[in-house]
Amino acid sequence: MKTPMGAIVLILISSFVGSFGAVFLKLGAERMSGGILSMVKNYWLALGICLYLLSSVFFIMAVAQGDLTLLYPMVSLGYIWTLVWARIFFKEPFTLGKVAGLAIIVVGVALINLGNAGG
Amino acid sequence: MRSFLLVFACTVIGALAQLFLKTGASQMGAHVTLLDVVRSPSLIFRYAFGIISNPSLFFGYALYGVNTILLAMALKGRELSKLYPIIALTYVWVTLLSVFVLHEHINFFRVVGIAAIVFGVSILGLKRVP
Repeated sequence: MKTPMGAIVLILISSFVGSFGAVFLKLGAERMSGGILSMVKNYWLALGICLYLLSSVFFIMAVAQGDLTLLYPMVSLGYIWTLVWARIFFKEPFTLGKVAGLAIIVVGVALINLGNAGG
Repeated sequence: MRSFLLVFACTVIGALAQLFLKTGASQMGAHVTLLDVVRSPSLIFRYAFGIISNPSLFFGYALYGVNTILLAMALKGRELSKLYPIIALTYVWVTLLSVFVLHEHINFFRVVGIAAIVFGVSILGLKRVP
């Protein structure tokens, strides 16, 4: 089965939205003071969870119409955004491992899609 | 060692969650594009409602929830960077489940591509050349 372009676009959106989910979960986690009540009133945490849910809805829409062996590995593209946001918002430095790892991930995703184009 | 085992268990649980999410998603039927979602954003809520109305999706999300809690426990106070090689195993399990349970066909490009992604994710935590 050839996976339609529409499904691939939805996966890209899903991983992009999900990367913001991680940012807000981290912001929320940094503001946790212990206790269930403080977690419920923690808007950053709530926003993070909502973004993850939204991300998963796009993921469900995508995998409904394509191969999991193509679409699931593409979720790894989310690491690109996550590491960029980590650099911008949390001042986590880019390391050799991150840059090399991301480059290899991009090559891997390209190869997977090359296989899809070939049928 | 305990956290390594916990994260390993997470990769298996996470992969099983994907299997159920895929099964449930396929049952949702309609093929939706991003343009459809932009035109009628209520589609988002219809699919989100599937989490409660579709048993496979519900189970998939439940497994994902368990996975997240276990992972949070395993990572507490530990450095994520050393655990990337284990986390990357999820891609291997998802691929095996897709082929043997969902009977998806994979070609040469897909195998090499997935292997590259597993390797790429594995080295994300490296701080310098070993």
